Amino acid sequence: MAAVEDTPVSRRLRSVKHIIIVCSGKGGVGKSSVSTQLALSLRASSPTARVGVLDVDLTGPSIPRMLGLDGHAVHQSSDGWVPVYADGSEARLACMSVGFLLKRREESIVWRGPKKNGMIRQFLSDVRWGELDYLVIDTPPGTSDEHLSLVEHMAPVHSRISAVLVTTPQAVALLDAMKCLSFTRATSIPVLGLIENMSGYVCPCCGDISNVFSTGGGEEMAKREGLRFLGSLPVDTELVSLLDAADPADAQSTQVLEDGGSVRSFRLLEQYQKTPTAPLFKNIVDQVVHALTAGEGRTEAS
Amino acid sequence: MLAVQQPVPIPDVLSVPSNAPEHCPGTESELAGKADACAGCANQEICASGQTKGPDPALPFIRQRMSSVKRKILVLSGKGGVGKSTFTAQLGWAFAADEQLQTGIMDVDICGPSIPTILGIASEQVHSSSSGWSPVYVQDNLGVMSVGFMLPSAKDAVMWRGPKKNGLISQFLKDVDWGELDYLVIDTPPGTSDEHLSIVQFLKESGIDGAVVITTPQEVALQDVRREIDFCRKVGIRVLGLVENMSGFVCPSCKNESQIFKPSTGGGRRLAQDMGVDFLGAVPLDPRIGKSADYGVSFLDEYPDSPASTAYLDIIDKLKAKLGD
Repeated sequence: MAAVEDTPVSRRLRSVKHIIIVCSGKGGVGKSSVSTQLALSLRASSPTARVGVLDVDLTGPSIPRMLGLDGHAVHQSSDGWVPVYADGSEARLACMSVGFLLKRREESIVWRGPKKNGMIRQFLSDVRWGELDYLVIDTPPGTSDEHLSLVEHMAPVHSRISAVLVTTPQAVALLDAMKCLSFTRATSIPVLGLIENMSGYVCPCCGDISNVFSTGGGEEMAKREGLRFLGSLPVDTELVSLLDAADPADAQSTQVLEDGGSVRSFRLLEQYQKTPTAPLFKNIVDQVVHALTAGEGRTEAS
Repeated sequence: MLAVQQPVPIPDVLSVPSNAPEHCPGTESELAGKADACAGCANQEICASGQTKGPDPALPFIRQRMSSVKRKILVLSGKGGVGKSTFTAQLGWAFAADEQLQTGIMDVDICGPSIPTILGIASEQVHSSSSGWSPVYVQDNLGVMSVGFMLPSAKDAVMWRGPKKNGLISQFLKDVDWGELDYLVIDTPPGTSDEHLSIVQFLKESGIDGAVVITTPQEVALQDVRREIDFCRKVGIRVLGLVENMSGFVCPSCKNESQIFKPSTGGGRRLAQDMGVDFLGAVPLDPRIGKSADYGVSFLDEYPDSPASTAYLDIIDKLKAKLGD
């Protein structure tokens, strides 16, 4: 193999052990929610784990809202952009999103490919992540500029990249998930596994399970394509509300702490661990960590 | 002299991605041909000459083709998976229920085309004739164009950057033999990027009658939808109204309604109010809608008496009224 190319991106990501791209092809299947949960659970996986979340959904950034970091801004330092820490002074959960660069939250970013490409390059080369065990990258739907730019700029650190696929069970979503899988194969990114999201909904009234978006499709696809099936997650209204910052009163009480983060985001992990999804997701993260440490993900690609 | 018209070849959508340099400023940019990245690019001279900043040569052809289309409606949403394609399909079917009307559906979601599946025509192909590419017909008066008809296999990914997507969208507008249309409904991908800018630019002269914006009730979706409405204002597109999808779920077992995606900040209704756009209606989440989409059948025809069908039809009536039809 050729010597690792020395680029601003490779220099910056030298101190990042594992890079996990969360992708799906289809929009609205829960990429950002999975990215957020992945980050929270990875952070909780060990008392010293340091995690970063990079949101490259430039025209529809959702990560700040989900991590309870709406309204925060990025600061410039001599050593690059300082990410926003969701856990304040502990600084083990760093986050970067274009959402932090907007003046008004309803402002639209209307960019064509080249500008998106430039922004992604800056995110990868200019953010002062520091030492990270995991960098989780949330992507927009599709297989276009953002995805191609990510893979291109991260080519020097390609051996540390892997992907987690997210889909919902219905056929229309699986079709796009297949396209996303074709993308990871074309770019030789190993797939750690597939998550079936929104698989069933438990009626809060009678406890009956309704398959609002069908069920089982993701598991079938994983079997057919020889992917590890990481698990299925039912629709969890508690989780939806938590990541959506349900209570407006609660959102108002969100105070920005001096050392970054906010009261809400500080409590987020605690509250998350009480949702019905958290134990299911822990199982997923255990598999992800195991696959990463065993390095077995790499064999799938070769 | 008699000009012999050649069929426009259907592009091979899996060909190698365009070879523009990594930091290409974009052909319409002030810096086109002059930026550092342009050094060595094969197209540098063309860009530097200013030729690319002139009007797109495709525009007159688009105007001509679109002159026989009465109404052009965009279906937009900043967020993915909120039901843009499902709504587009229902709108198409509803318009086409009137045999006197000709309707077209154009799918400009290049990387994730769902329209062919939802309309039950996923295995069809586009054919080319001297008058252009023929749309795929769901029924006599409902023609469809999507990149999905051009892929050798459904699992193939279209890994294109912006300029190639824009090129195909321009071809959808000028090379497709749409014929006389009363309605052209355009389904878009999530976001506010190349596809959206292109369709707006290409149709500027022909005129877009307006956009229907789709959302779901939770704040994470509303955030993106605010941005989409902001986009419409920036580019001067009339917002016909907002539709809230997946609004409440009726348990088939106990018949009680619950909110899967809680409108924690007031949902679509409040958003419409805040942003000064019309609220067209809310469609409840019905698992049969998704199932119909997977099987490629019309939900309105299959379950005409369901509350969701009533909501859809009510919204479509309001839309027609707004358009003055």
